Amino acid sequence: MKEKDNDSSKKSSLMTRRTFLKGGALTTAALSTGVLGAEVGEAHLALEDYPSALKRATVTLKVNGLRHRLEVEPRTTLLEVLREELQLTGTKKGCDRGQCGSCTVLLNGRPVYSCLSLAIEAVGKEILTIEGISDGETLHPVQRAFVQEMGLQCGFCSPGQILATVALLGKNPSPSEAQIRQALAGNLCRCGAYPMIFKSVQTAARLR
Amino acid sequence: MKSFAYVPATSTKSAVALLGRARGKARVMAGGTDLLGEMKDNLISPEQIVGLKPAADLNYVKAEASGLRIGALTPLSELAEHKVVRERYPILVQAVEQIATPQLRNMGTVGGNLCQRPRCWYYRGASFPCLKKGGEICYAVNGENLYNAILEGGPCYIVHPSDLASPLQALGAKVKMAGPKGERTVPLEKFFVLPRVNAKKENILGQEEILTEIQVPAVPATMRGTYVKFKERGSWDFGLVSAAALLDIRDGICREARIVLGAVAPVPYRAARAEEVLKGKRVDERLAAQVAEVAVMAARPMSQNAYKVRLAQAAVKRTVLSLA
Ligand SMILES: Cc1cc2nc3c(=O)[nH]c(=O)nc-3n(C[C@H](O)[C@H](O)[C@H](O)COP(=O)(O)OP(=O)(O)OC[C@H]3O[C@@H](n4cnc5c(N)ncnc54)[C@H](O)[C@@H]3O)c2cc1C
Ligand code: SF4
Ligand code: FES
Ligand code: FES
Repeated sequence: MKEKDNDSSKKSSLMTRRTFLKGGALTTAALSTGVLGAEVGEAHLALEDYPSALKRATVTLKVNGLRHRLEVEPRTTLLEVLREELQLTGTKKGCDRGQCGSCTVLLNGRPVYSCLSLAIEAVGKEILTIEGISDGETLHPVQRAFVQEMGLQCGFCSPGQILATVALLGKNPSPSEAQIRQALAGNLCRCGAYPMIFKSVQTAARLR
Repeated sequence: MKSFAYVPATSTKSAVALLGRARGKARVMAGGTDLLGEMKDNLISPEQIVGLKPAADLNYVKAEASGLRIGALTPLSELAEHKVVRERYPILVQAVEQIATPQLRNMGTVGGNLCQRPRCWYYRGASFPCLKKGGEICYAVNGENLYNAILEGGPCYIVHPSDLASPLQALGAKVKMAGPKGERTVPLEKFFVLPRVNAKKENILGQEEILTEIQVPAVPATMRGTYVKFKERGSWDFGLVSAAALLDIRDGICREARIVLGAVAPVPYRAARAEEVLKGKRVDERLAAQVAEVAVMAARPMSQNAYKVRLAQAAVKRTVLSLA
Protein backbone atom coordinates (compact mmCIF):
# COMPACT_ATOMS: atom_id res chain seq x y z
CA MET A 1 0.00 0.00 0.00
CA LYS A 2 2.09 2.94 -1.17
CA GLU A 3 0.82 6.45 -1.07
CA LYS A 4 1.99 10.01 -0.77
CA ASP A 5 1.90 11.59 2.61
CA ASN A 6 -0.81 14.17 2.14
CA ASP A 7 -0.30 15.64 5.56
CA SER A 8 2.56 17.93 4.59
CA SER A 9 0.99 20.75 6.55
CA LYS A 10 1.50 18.80 9.73
CA LYS A 11 4.54 19.14 11.91
CA SER A 12 7.35 17.45 10.04
CA SER A 13 9.26 14.77 11.79
CA LEU A 14 13.01 14.75 12.15
CA MET A 15 13.25 11.52 10.30
CA THR A 16 11.90 10.58 6.95
CA ARG A 17 9.69 7.61 6.47
CA ARG A 18 12.58 5.78 4.83
CA THR A 19 15.03 6.24 7.67
CA PHE A 20 12.25 5.31 10.01
CA LEU A 21 11.54 2.10 8.17
CA LYS A 22 15.23 1.28 7.96
CA GLY A 23 16.02 2.19 11.51
CA GLY A 24 13.98 -0.41 13.27
CA ALA A 25 13.28 0.42 16.87
CA LEU A 26 14.01 4.09 16.72
CA THR A 27 13.41 6.43 19.56
CA THR A 28 11.55 9.62 18.83
CA ALA A 29 13.29 12.44 20.62
CA ALA A 30 11.36 13.59 23.63
CA LEU A 31 10.08 17.12 23.35
CA SER A 32 10.04 18.60 26.80
CA THR A 33 9.09 16.64 29.83
CA GLY A 34 7.10 19.06 31.92
CA VAL A 35 6.73 18.93 35.67
CA LEU A 36 3.66 16.79 35.32
CA GLY A 37 5.18 14.47 32.77
CA ALA A 38 6.00 10.88 33.61
CA GLU A 39 7.07 7.64 32.09
CA VAL A 40 4.32 5.25 31.21
CA GLY A 41 6.15 1.98 30.98
CA GLU A 42 4.50 -1.25 30.06
CA ALA A 43 4.77 -2.90 33.42
CA HIS A 44 3.94 -0.01 35.65
CA LEU A 45 0.76 1.82 34.79
CA ALA A 46 0.27 2.24 38.49
CA LEU A 47 -1.19 5.08 40.48
CA GLU A 48 1.88 5.31 42.71
CA ASP A 49 3.88 6.55 39.73
CA TYR A 50 1.71 9.63 39.41
CA PRO A 51 2.07 12.32 41.98
CA SER A 52 -0.49 14.26 40.01
CA ALA A 53 -2.53 13.83 36.87
CA LEU A 54 -0.54 13.63 33.65
CA LYS A 55 -0.39 16.54 31.22
CA ARG A 56 2.27 14.86 29.13
CA ALA A 57 3.70 11.39 29.22
CA THR A 58 6.50 9.43 27.64
CA VAL A 59 5.05 6.22 26.35
CA THR A 60 6.42 3.15 24.67
CA LEU A 61 4.15 1.81 21.96
CA LYS A 62 4.67 -1.48 20.20
CA VAL A 63 3.66 -1.02 16.59
CA ASN A 64 4.11 -3.80 14.03
CA GLY A 65 6.55 -5.49 16.35
CA LEU A 66 8.74 -2.43 16.87
CA ARG A 67 8.89 -0.39 20.05
CA HIS A 68 8.67 3.39 19.80
CA ARG A 69 9.29 5.75 22.66
CA LEU A 70 7.54 9.05 22.27
CA GLU A 71 6.06 11.88 24.18
CA VAL A 72 2.33 12.43 23.98
CA GLU A 73 -0.36 14.59 25.44
CA PRO A 74 -3.18 12.55 26.97
CA ARG A 75 -5.56 13.81 24.29
CA THR A 76 -3.38 12.43 21.47
CA THR A 77 -5.20 9.62 19.73
CA LEU A 78 -3.49 6.47 18.54
CA LEU A 79 -4.45 7.54 15.01
CA GLU A 80 -2.56 10.83 15.41
CA VAL A 81 0.52 9.07 16.72
CA LEU A 82 0.51 6.55 13.88
CA ARG A 83 0.09 9.12 11.13
CA GLU A 84 1.87 12.16 12.45
CA GLU A 85 4.62 10.84 14.71
CA LEU A 86 5.40 7.49 13.14
CA GLN A 87 4.50 8.44 9.55
CA LEU A 88 2.47 5.27 9.21
CA THR A 89 -0.07 6.92 6.96
CA GLY A 90 -1.70 3.71 5.77
CA THR A 91 -4.13 4.17 8.64
CA LYS A 92 -6.61 6.78 7.43
CA LYS A 93 -8.52 9.54 9.17
CA GLY A 94 -12.07 9.68 7.88
CA CYS A 95 -14.73 10.82 10.32
CA ASP A 96 -12.55 10.92 13.46
CA ARG A 97 -15.72 9.89 15.38
CA GLY A 98 -15.92 6.09 15.23
CA GLN A 99 -18.35 6.02 12.35
CA CYS A 100 -16.41 5.02 9.23
CA GLY A 101 -13.69 2.47 10.04
CA SER A 102 -10.91 3.91 7.88
CA CYS A 103 -8.73 4.24 11.01
CA THR A 104 -9.09 0.55 11.93
CA VAL A 105 -6.02 -1.09 13.47
CA LEU A 106 -5.65 -4.36 15.35
CA LEU A 107 -5.03 -4.10 19.09
CA ASN A 108 -3.96 -7.47 20.49
CA GLY A 109 -5.50 -8.98 17.36
CA ARG A 110 -8.89 -7.29 17.65
CA PRO A 111 -10.03 -4.54 15.31
CA VAL A 112 -10.54 -1.15 16.97
CA TYR A 113 -10.90 2.44 15.81
CA SER A 114 -7.65 4.29 16.42
CA CYS A 115 -9.46 7.67 16.23
CA LEU A 116 -11.31 6.87 19.48
CA SER A 117 -8.31 5.30 21.22
CA LEU A 118 -5.94 7.36 23.33
CA ALA A 119 -2.28 6.63 22.60
CA ILE A 120 -1.59 6.66 26.34
CA GLU A 121 -3.98 3.72 26.77
CA ALA A 122 -2.37 1.66 23.99
CA VAL A 123 0.75 1.12 26.11
CA GLY A 124 1.55 -2.55 26.53
CA LYS A 125 -0.64 -3.64 23.62
CA GLU A 126 0.37 -5.19 20.31
CA ILE A 127 -0.61 -2.63 17.68
CA LEU A 128 -0.83 -3.88 14.11
CA THR A 129 -1.35 -1.50 11.19
CA ILE A 130 -1.66 -2.16 7.47
CA GLU A 131 2.11 -1.54 7.12
CA GLY A 132 2.77 -4.49 9.41
CA ILE A 133 0.91 -7.33 7.77
CA SER A 134 3.02 -8.03 4.69
CA ASP A 135 6.23 -10.03 4.85
CA GLY A 136 8.65 -7.53 3.34
CA GLU A 137 7.66 -7.18 -0.30
CA THR A 138 5.46 -10.26 -0.16
CA LEU A 139 1.86 -9.24 0.34
CA HIS A 140 -0.31 -10.82 3.01
CA PRO A 141 -2.82 -13.30 1.50
CA VAL A 142 -5.69 -10.91 2.33
CA GLN A 143 -3.91 -8.11 0.47
CA ARG A 144 -3.34 -10.43 -2.49
CA ALA A 145 -7.03 -11.32 -2.52
CA PHE A 146 -8.04 -7.66 -2.54
CA VAL A 147 -5.67 -7.02 -5.46
CA GLN A 148 -6.85 -10.08 -7.35
CA GLU A 149 -10.55 -9.30 -6.94
CA MET A 150 -10.15 -5.51 -7.26
CA GLY A 151 -11.76 -5.14 -3.84
CA LEU A 152 -11.53 -1.38 -3.99
CA GLN A 153 -12.12 1.69 -6.07
CA CYS A 154 -10.29 4.69 -4.57
CA GLY A 155 -8.63 2.58 -1.89
CA PHE A 156 -9.21 4.92 1.05
CA CYS A 157 -11.15 2.33 3.04
CA SER A 158 -8.93 -0.60 2.02
CA PRO A 159 -6.47 -0.63 4.94
CA GLY A 160 -9.42 -0.85 7.33
CA GLN A 161 -11.28 -3.42 5.24
CA ILE A 162 -8.16 -5.57 4.99
CA LEU A 163 -7.37 -5.43 8.71
CA ALA A 164 -10.99 -6.22 9.61
CA THR A 165 -10.72 -9.21 7.24
CA VAL A 166 -7.43 -10.36 8.80
CA ALA A 167 -9.14 -10.33 12.21
CA LEU A 168 -12.21 -12.14 10.90
CA LEU A 169 -10.25 -14.92 9.20
CA GLY A 170 -8.11 -15.34 12.30
CA LYS A 171 -11.25 -16.29 14.22
CA ASN A 172 -13.28 -17.88 11.47
CA PRO A 173 -11.29 -19.29 8.52
CA SER A 174 -14.33 -19.91 6.31
CA PRO A 175 -16.99 -17.28 7.02
CA SER A 176 -20.39 -17.24 5.35
CA GLU A 177 -21.50 -14.21 3.35
CA ALA A 178 -23.62 -13.07 6.31
CA GLN A 179 -20.66 -13.40 8.67
CA ILE A 180 -18.48 -11.41 6.28
CA ARG A 181 -21.05 -8.61 6.15
CA GLN A 182 -21.27 -8.56 9.93
CA ALA A 183 -17.50 -8.53 10.43
CA LEU A 184 -17.06 -5.68 7.94
CA ALA A 185 -20.07 -3.65 9.10
CA GLY A 186 -17.74 -1.22 10.84
CA ASN A 187 -15.92 -0.32 7.65
CA LEU A 188 -17.77 1.97 5.29
CA CYS A 189 -16.80 2.25 1.65
CA ARG A 190 -17.73 5.59 0.12
CA CYS A 191 -17.16 4.18 -3.35
CA GLY A 192 -19.65 1.43 -2.65
CA ALA A 193 -17.27 -1.30 -3.74
CA TYR A 194 -18.95 -3.72 -1.36
CA PRO A 195 -19.63 -6.60 -3.78
CA MET A 196 -15.95 -6.74 -4.74
CA ILE A 197 -14.85 -6.30 -1.14
CA PHE A 198 -17.00 -9.23 0.02
CA LYS A 199 -15.71 -11.30 -2.89
CA SER A 200 -12.14 -10.43 -1.89
CA VAL A 201 -12.81 -11.74 1.61
CA GLN A 202 -14.09 -15.03 0.20
CA THR A 203 -11.03 -15.32 -2.01
CA ALA A 204 -8.79 -14.44 0.94
CA ALA A 205 -10.33 -17.28 2.93
CA ARG A 206 -9.28 -19.66 0.14
CA LEU A 207 -5.79 -18.18 -0.31
CA ARG A 208 -4.87 -18.41 3.35
CA MET B 1 -10.51 18.14 21.53
CA LYS B 2 -9.35 20.37 24.38
CA SER B 3 -6.33 19.36 26.39
CA PHE B 4 -6.88 17.39 29.59
CA ALA B 5 -4.89 15.63 32.25
CA TYR B 6 -5.09 11.85 32.43
CA VAL B 7 -4.81 9.69 35.46
CA PRO B 8 -5.21 5.92 35.40
CA ALA B 9 -7.28 4.25 38.11
CA THR B 10 -5.74 0.96 39.17
CA SER B 11 -8.77 -0.29 41.08
CA THR B 12 -12.31 0.65 42.05
CA LYS B 13 -10.96 2.19 45.21
CA SER B 14 -8.40 4.30 43.41
CA ALA B 15 -11.05 5.47 40.91
CA VAL B 16 -13.30 6.69 43.72
CA ALA B 17 -10.36 8.34 45.50
CA LEU B 18 -9.25 10.09 42.31
CA LEU B 19 -12.77 11.36 41.59
CA GLY B 20 -12.99 12.68 45.14
CA ARG B 21 -9.67 14.47 44.81
CA ALA B 22 -10.72 16.07 41.51
CA ARG B 23 -13.78 17.74 43.12
CA GLY B 24 -16.08 17.49 40.14
CA LYS B 25 -13.49 18.41 37.53
CA ALA B 26 -12.86 14.85 36.36
CA ARG B 27 -14.83 12.42 34.22
CA VAL B 28 -14.34 8.70 34.12
CA MET B 29 -13.53 7.03 30.85
CA ALA B 30 -14.15 3.37 30.10
CA GLY B 31 -13.83 2.44 26.40
CA GLY B 32 -14.04 6.12 25.47
CA THR B 33 -16.25 5.48 22.45
CA ASP B 34 -18.94 7.87 23.66
CA LEU B 35 -16.92 10.13 25.96
CA LEU B 36 -14.23 11.01 23.38
CA GLY B 37 -16.95 11.69 20.80
CA GLU B 38 -18.56 14.16 23.20
CA MET B 39 -15.20 15.79 23.86
CA LYS B 40 -14.34 16.06 20.17
CA ASP B 41 -17.71 17.70 19.57
CA ASN B 42 -17.00 20.15 22.41
CA LEU B 43 -20.08 19.08 24.37
CA ILE B 44 -17.88 18.61 27.40
CA SER B 45 -14.27 19.58 28.12
CA PRO B 46 -13.24 17.90 31.36
CA GLU B 47 -10.01 19.09 32.98
CA GLN B 48 -9.16 15.58 34.00
CA ILE B 49 -9.92 12.07 32.79
CA VAL B 50 -9.81 9.17 35.18
CA GLY B 51 -9.05 6.13 33.02
CA LEU B 52 -10.90 3.07 34.28
CA LYS B 53 -9.35 0.58 31.85
CA PRO B 54 -6.22 0.00 33.95
CA ALA B 55 -8.44 -1.05 36.91
CA ALA B 56 -8.02 -4.81 36.69
CA ASP B 57 -10.75 -5.54 39.26
CA LEU B 58 -13.50 -4.19 36.99
CA ASN B 59 -13.11 -6.50 33.99
CA TYR B 60 -14.65 -9.96 34.49
CA VAL B 61 -17.65 -12.16 33.80
CA LYS B 62 -18.40 -14.58 36.62
CA ALA B 63 -20.99 -17.27 36.14
CA GLU B 64 -22.34 -18.53 39.46
CA ALA B 65 -25.31 -20.62 40.52
CA SER B 66 -27.15 -17.45 41.53
CA GLY B 67 -26.51 -15.83 38.17
CA LEU B 68 -24.02 -13.66 36.33
CA ARG B 69 -21.79 -10.96 37.68
CA ILE B 70 -20.38 -8.68 35.02
CA GLY B 71 -17.61 -6.18 35.75
CA ALA B 72 -18.52 -2.75 34.39
CA LEU B 73 -15.32 -2.59 32.33
CA THR B 74 -16.00 -5.84 30.46
CA PRO B 75 -15.84 -5.13 26.72
CA LEU B 76 -19.17 -5.77 24.97
CA SER B 77 -17.56 -8.31 22.63
CA GLU B 78 -16.20 -10.33 25.55
CA LEU B 79 -19.62 -10.50 27.17
CA ALA B 80 -21.12 -11.85 23.94
CA GLU B 81 -18.30 -14.39 23.52
CA HIS B 82 -18.56 -15.78 27.04
CA LYS B 83 -19.53 -19.46 27.01
CA VAL B 84 -22.08 -19.35 29.81
CA VAL B 85 -23.63 -16.14 28.52
CA ARG B 86 -24.11 -17.79 25.12
CA GLU B 87 -25.64 -20.86 26.71
CA ARG B 88 -27.92 -19.35 29.33
CA TYR B 89 -28.47 -15.72 28.35
CA PRO B 90 -28.81 -15.76 24.56
CA ILE B 91 -30.95 -12.60 24.76
CA LEU B 92 -27.86 -10.67 25.88
CA VAL B 93 -25.83 -12.06 23.00
CA GLN B 94 -28.58 -11.08 20.55
CA ALA B 95 -28.63 -7.55 21.93
CA VAL B 96 -24.86 -7.06 22.03
CA GLU B 97 -24.41 -8.34 18.50
CA GLN B 98 -26.75 -5.59 17.32
CA ILE B 99 -24.81 -2.81 19.06
CA ALA B 100 -22.78 -0.61 16.72
CA THR B 101 -19.89 -2.35 14.91
CA PRO B 102 -17.32 -5.06 15.72
CA GLN B 103 -14.69 -2.39 16.44
CA LEU B 104 -16.97 -0.48 18.82
CA ARG B 105 -17.99 -3.70 20.58
CA ASN B 106 -14.28 -4.49 21.13
CA MET B 107 -13.75 -1.02 22.62
CA GLY B 108 -17.05 -0.21 24.35
CA THR B 109 -17.77 -1.65 27.78
CA VAL B 110 -20.90 -2.97 29.45
CA GLY B 111 -20.86 -0.18 32.05
CA GLY B 112 -20.17 2.47 29.41
CA ASN B 113 -23.09 1.21 27.35
CA LEU B 114 -25.45 1.73 30.29
CA CYS B 115 -23.95 5.14 31.15
CA GLN B 116 -23.71 6.49 27.57
CA ARG B 117 -25.28 9.87 26.88
CA PRO B 118 -28.32 10.33 24.62
CA ARG B 119 -28.23 10.72 20.87
CA CYS B 120 -30.83 13.49 20.47
CA TRP B 121 -29.52 15.70 17.64
CA TYR B 122 -29.88 18.85 19.70
CA TYR B 123 -28.00 17.37 22.60
CA ARG B 124 -25.17 16.35 20.26
CA GLY B 125 -25.04 19.77 18.59
CA ALA B 126 -22.83 22.12 20.60
CA SER B 127 -24.87 25.12 19.42
CA PHE B 128 -28.13 24.02 21.07
CA PRO B 129 -28.18 24.89 24.77
CA CYS B 130 -31.20 22.68 25.49
CA LEU B 131 -32.65 21.59 28.83
CA LYS B 132 -30.34 18.61 29.10
CA LYS B 133 -27.36 20.95 28.98
CA GLY B 134 -28.85 23.24 31.57
CA GLY B 135 -30.64 25.54 29.11
CA GLU B 136 -34.22 26.76 29.05
CA ILE B 137 -35.99 24.79 26.35
CA CYS B 138 -36.31 21.47 24.63
CA TYR B 139 -35.73 22.06 20.93
CA ALA B 140 -37.21 18.69 20.00
CA VAL B 141 -40.73 19.71 21.04
CA ASN B 142 -41.20 22.05 18.09
CA GLY B 143 -38.30 20.75 16.04
CA GLU B 144 -36.97 17.50 14.63
CA ASN B 145 -38.35 14.77 16.85
CA LEU B 146 -38.42 11.78 14.50
CA TYR B 147 -36.26 9.73 16.85
CA ASN B 148 -37.46 11.04 20.20
CA ALA B 149 -39.68 9.56 22.89
CA ILE B 150 -43.31 8.48 22.57
CA LEU B 151 -43.60 7.44 26.21
CA GLU B 152 -42.65 9.07 29.52
CA GLY B 153 -41.21 12.16 27.81
CA GLY B 154 -41.11 15.66 29.22
CA PRO B 155 -39.66 18.12 29.83
CA CYS B 156 -36.82 16.43 27.86
CA TYR B 157 -37.78 13.81 25.25
CA ILE B 158 -34.66 11.72 24.70
CA VAL B 159 -34.83 7.98 24.22
CA HIS B 160 -32.26 5.90 26.05
CA PRO B 161 -29.75 4.75 23.41
CA SER B 162 -28.54 1.55 25.10
CA ASP B 163 -29.43 -1.77 23.47
CA LEU B 164 -28.23 -3.65 26.51
CA ALA B 165 -30.41 -1.85 29.06
CA SER B 166 -33.79 -3.29 28.09
CA PRO B 167 -32.82 -6.99 27.95
CA LEU B 168 -30.90 -6.56 31.22
CA GLN B 169 -33.95 -4.99 32.82
CA ALA B 170 -36.17 -7.78 31.49
CA LEU B 171 -33.78 -10.26 33.13
CA GLY B 172 -34.20 -8.45 36.46
CA ALA B 173 -30.61 -7.19 36.60
CA LYS B 174 -29.20 -5.08 39.41
CA VAL B 175 -26.30 -2.66 39.27
CA LYS B 176 -23.66 -2.04 41.88
CA MET B 177 -22.05 1.35 42.37
CA ALA B 178 -19.08 2.50 44.44
CA GLY B 179 -18.59 5.99 45.83
CA PRO B 180 -17.11 7.92 48.71
CA LYS B 181 -19.80 6.59 51.06
CA GLY B 182 -19.25 2.98 50.07
CA GLU B 183 -21.19 0.66 47.81
CA ARG B 184 -24.86 0.45 46.89
CA THR B 185 -26.82 -1.93 44.70
CA VAL B 186 -30.13 -1.10 43.02
CA PRO B 187 -32.38 -2.77 40.45
CA LEU B 188 -31.62 -1.45 36.98
CA GLU B 189 -35.01 0.28 36.74
CA LYS B 190 -34.10 2.35 39.80
CA PHE B 191 -30.73 3.23 38.25
CA PHE B 192 -32.23 5.15 35.35
CA VAL B 193 -34.12 8.39 36.00
CA LEU B 194 -36.82 10.12 34.02
CA PRO B 195 -36.33 13.72 32.83
CA ARG B 196 -39.18 14.87 35.06
CA VAL B 197 -36.97 13.86 38.01
CA ASN B 198 -33.74 15.20 36.50
CA ALA B 199 -33.59 16.42 32.91
CA LYS B 200 -29.80 16.76 32.96
CA LYS B 201 -28.97 13.18 33.80
CA GLU B 202 -30.05 9.69 32.75
CA ASN B 203 -29.14 7.84 35.93
CA ILE B 204 -28.63 8.20 39.67
CA LEU B 205 -24.81 8.03 39.68
CA GLY B 206 -23.29 10.74 41.84
CA GLN B 207 -20.37 12.84 40.63
CA GLU B 208 -17.88 10.79 42.64
CA GLU B 209 -19.52 7.43 42.04
CA ILE B 210 -18.81 4.76 39.46
CA LEU B 211 -20.74 1.78 38.21
CA THR B 212 -18.81 -1.34 39.16
CA GLU B 213 -20.89 -4.43 38.50
CA ILE B 214 -24.02 -5.68 36.75
CA GLN B 215 -25.72 -8.63 38.43
CA VAL B 216 -28.05 -10.82 36.41
CA PRO B 217 -30.09 -13.41 38.32
CA ALA B 218 -30.25 -17.00 37.12
CA VAL B 219 -33.10 -17.60 34.70
CA PRO B 220 -35.38 -20.65 35.10
CA ALA B 221 -34.83 -23.10 32.26
CA THR B 222 -38.42 -22.67 31.09
CA MET B 223 -38.01 -18.92 30.65
CA ARG B 224 -36.92 -18.02 27.14
CA GLY B 225 -36.07 -14.63 25.77
CA THR B 226 -35.53 -12.71 22.57
CA TYR B 227 -34.50 -9.22 21.48
CA VAL B 228 -35.83 -7.50 18.38
CA LYS B 229 -34.38 -4.21 17.12
CA PHE B 230 -35.72 -2.13 14.25
CA LYS B 231 -33.29 0.20 12.53
CA GLU B 232 -33.51 2.62 9.65
CA ARG B 233 -30.69 0.88 7.77
CA GLY B 234 -29.55 -2.69 7.26
CA SER B 235 -26.08 -1.94 8.62
CA TRP B 236 -25.27 -0.57 12.08
CA ASP B 237 -27.50 2.06 13.62
CA PHE B 238 -29.15 3.06 16.84
CA GLY B 239 -32.58 1.48 17.20
CA LEU B 240 -35.80 3.17 16.13
CA VAL B 241 -37.63 0.82 18.49
CA SER B 242 -36.57 -2.38 20.19
CA ALA B 243 -38.25 -4.98 22.37
CA ALA B 244 -36.83 -7.44 24.87
CA ALA B 245 -39.19 -10.22 25.94
CA LEU B 246 -38.75 -13.07 28.40
CA LEU B 247 -41.63 -15.52 28.56
CA ASP B 248 -42.24 -18.71 30.48
CA ILE B 249 -44.62 -20.67 28.31
CA ARG B 250 -45.56 -24.21 29.33
CA ASP B 251 -48.16 -26.32 27.51
CA GLY B 252 -48.96 -23.26 25.40
CA ILE B 253 -49.88 -21.19 28.46
CA CYS B 254 -47.83 -18.14 29.45
CA ARG B 255 -46.94 -18.39 33.16
CA GLU B 256 -44.59 -15.45 33.47
CA ALA B 257 -43.79 -12.53 31.18
CA ARG B 258 -41.42 -9.60 31.06
CA ILE B 259 -41.45 -7.14 28.23
CA VAL B 260 -39.19 -4.10 28.12
CA LEU B 261 -39.11 -1.68 25.18
CA GLY B 262 -36.07 0.29 24.06
CA ALA B 263 -35.76 3.58 22.14
CA VAL B 264 -39.34 4.63 22.96
CA ALA B 265 -38.78 6.44 26.29
CA PRO B 266 -36.00 8.24 28.20
CA VAL B 267 -35.50 5.02 30.18
CA PRO B 268 -36.09 1.36 29.26
CA TYR B 269 -39.89 1.06 29.22
CA ARG B 270 -41.43 -1.88 31.04
CA ALA B 271 -44.74 -2.81 29.41
CA ALA B 272 -46.25 -4.01 32.69
CA ARG B 273 -49.87 -4.02 31.54
CA ALA B 274 -48.99 -6.05 28.48
CA GLU B 275 -47.32 -8.60 30.73
CA GLU B 276 -50.55 -8.91 32.74
CA VAL B 277 -52.54 -9.53 29.57
CA LEU B 278 -50.23 -12.41 28.67
CA LYS B 279 -50.16 -14.20 31.99
CA GLY B 280 -52.26 -17.35 32.30
CA LYS B 281 -53.37 -17.30 28.68
CA ARG B 282 -52.73 -19.38 25.60
CA VAL B 283 -50.29 -17.54 23.35
CA ASP B 284 -51.55 -17.19 19.81
CA GLU B 285 -51.66 -14.58 17.06
CA ARG B 286 -54.74 -12.87 18.50
CA LEU B 287 -53.38 -12.62 22.00
CA ALA B 288 -50.03 -11.32 20.68
CA ALA B 289 -51.83 -8.55 18.77
CA GLN B 290 -53.75 -7.59 21.88
CA VAL B 291 -50.59 -7.61 24.00
CA ALA B 292 -48.87 -5.41 21.41
CA GLU B 293 -51.67 -2.86 21.53
CA VAL B 294 -51.73 -2.70 25.31
CA ALA B 295 -47.93 -2.38 25.47
CA VAL B 296 -47.95 1.13 24.01
CA MET B 297 -51.45 2.19 25.07
CA ALA B 298 -50.04 5.14 26.98
CA ALA B 299 -48.02 6.46 24.03
CA ARG B 300 -48.15 10.18 23.27
CA PRO B 301 -46.26 10.65 20.04
CA MET B 302 -44.67 13.96 19.09
CA SER B 303 -45.21 15.69 15.75
CA GLN B 304 -42.97 13.39 13.68
CA ASN B 305 -42.75 10.09 15.51
CA ALA B 306 -46.20 8.49 15.55
CA TYR B 307 -44.70 5.74 13.37
CA LYS B 308 -42.95 4.46 16.48
CA VAL B 309 -46.26 3.35 17.99
CA ARG B 310 -46.90 0.93 15.14
CA LEU B 311 -43.27 -0.18 15.12
CA ALA B 312 -43.36 -0.89 18.85
CA GLN B 313 -46.53 -2.93 18.41
CA ALA B 314 -44.85 -4.92 15.64
CA ALA B 315 -41.77 -5.49 17.80
CA VAL B 316 -43.85 -6.76 20.73
CA LYS B 317 -45.97 -9.00 18.56
CA ARG B 318 -42.92 -10.43 16.85
CA THR B 319 -41.06 -11.20 20.08
CA VAL B 320 -44.10 -12.80 21.72
CA LEU B 321 -44.93 -14.99 18.73
CA SER B 322 -41.34 -16.06 18.22
CA LEU B 323 -41.31 -17.41 21.79
CA ALA B 324 -44.70 -19.12 21.57
C1 LIG C 1 -21.01 5.02 15.70
C2 LIG C 1 -21.63 4.52 16.97
C3 LIG C 1 -22.71 3.66 16.92
C4 LIG C 1 -23.29 3.19 18.09
N1 LIG C 1 -24.36 2.34 18.02
C5 LIG C 1 -24.91 1.84 19.16
C6 LIG C 1 -26.00 0.94 19.14
O1 LIG C 1 -26.48 0.56 18.09
N2 LIG C 1 -26.50 0.50 20.33
C7 LIG C 1 -25.98 0.89 21.52
O2 LIG C 1 -26.46 0.43 22.56
N3 LIG C 1 -24.95 1.75 21.57
C8 LIG C 1 -24.41 2.22 20.43
N4 LIG C 1 -23.35 3.09 20.49
C9 LIG C 1 -22.89 3.53 21.79
C10 LIG C 1 -21.79 2.64 22.30
O3 LIG C 1 -22.31 1.37 22.57
C11 LIG C 1 -21.28 3.28 23.53
O4 LIG C 1 -20.52 4.38 23.12
C12 LIG C 1 -20.42 2.37 24.37
O5 LIG C 1 -21.11 1.24 24.82
C13 LIG C 1 -19.93 3.15 25.55
O6 LIG C 1 -19.02 2.37 26.26
P1 LIG C 1 -17.58 2.92 26.59
O7 LIG C 1 -16.97 1.92 27.47
O8 LIG C 1 -16.85 3.29 25.36
O9 LIG C 1 -17.97 4.22 27.41
P2 LIG C 1 -17.25 5.64 27.52
O10 LIG C 1 -17.34 6.37 26.25
O11 LIG C 1 -15.93 5.50 28.14
O12 LIG C 1 -18.22 6.31 28.58
C14 LIG C 1 -19.56 6.65 28.27
C15 LIG C 1 -20.13 7.49 29.41
O13 LIG C 1 -20.34 6.69 30.56
C16 LIG C 1 -19.52 7.10 31.64
N5 LIG C 1 -19.01 5.85 32.21
C17 LIG C 1 -18.43 4.84 31.55
N6 LIG C 1 -18.17 3.81 32.38
C18 LIG C 1 -18.58 4.20 33.60
C19 LIG C 1 -18.59 3.56 34.89
N7 LIG C 1 -18.11 2.33 35.07
N8 LIG C 1 -19.10 4.26 35.93
C20 LIG C 1 -19.59 5.51 35.76
N9 LIG C 1 -19.62 6.15 34.58
C21 LIG C 1 -19.12 5.50 33.51
C22 LIG C 1 -18.47 8.03 31.04
O14 LIG C 1 -18.08 9.02 31.96
C23 LIG C 1 -19.21 8.61 29.85
O15 LIG C 1 -20.02 9.69 30.24
C24 LIG C 1 -22.76 3.57 19.33
C25 LIG C 1 -21.66 4.44 19.40
C26 LIG C 1 -21.09 4.91 18.24
C27 LIG C 1 -19.90 5.83 18.33
S1 SF4 D 1 -35.07 15.97 23.92
FE1 SF4 D 1 -33.71 16.45 25.64
S2 SF4 D 1 -31.68 16.38 24.71
FE2 SF4 D 1 -33.15 16.64 23.01
S3 SF4 D 1 -33.42 18.86 22.73
FE3 SF4 D 1 -34.98 18.21 24.16
S4 SF4 D 1 -34.03 18.61 26.15
FE4 SF4 D 1 -32.35 18.53 24.68
S1 FES E 1 -11.75 7.88 11.37
FE1 FES E 1 -12.02 6.45 12.99
S2 FES E 1 -13.91 5.54 12.49
FE2 FES E 1 -13.78 7.16 11.02
S1 FES F 1 -12.72 2.05 -2.21
FE1 FES F 1 -13.14 4.17 -2.01
S2 FES F 1 -13.93 4.24 0.01
FE2 FES F 1 -13.83 2.13 -0.34
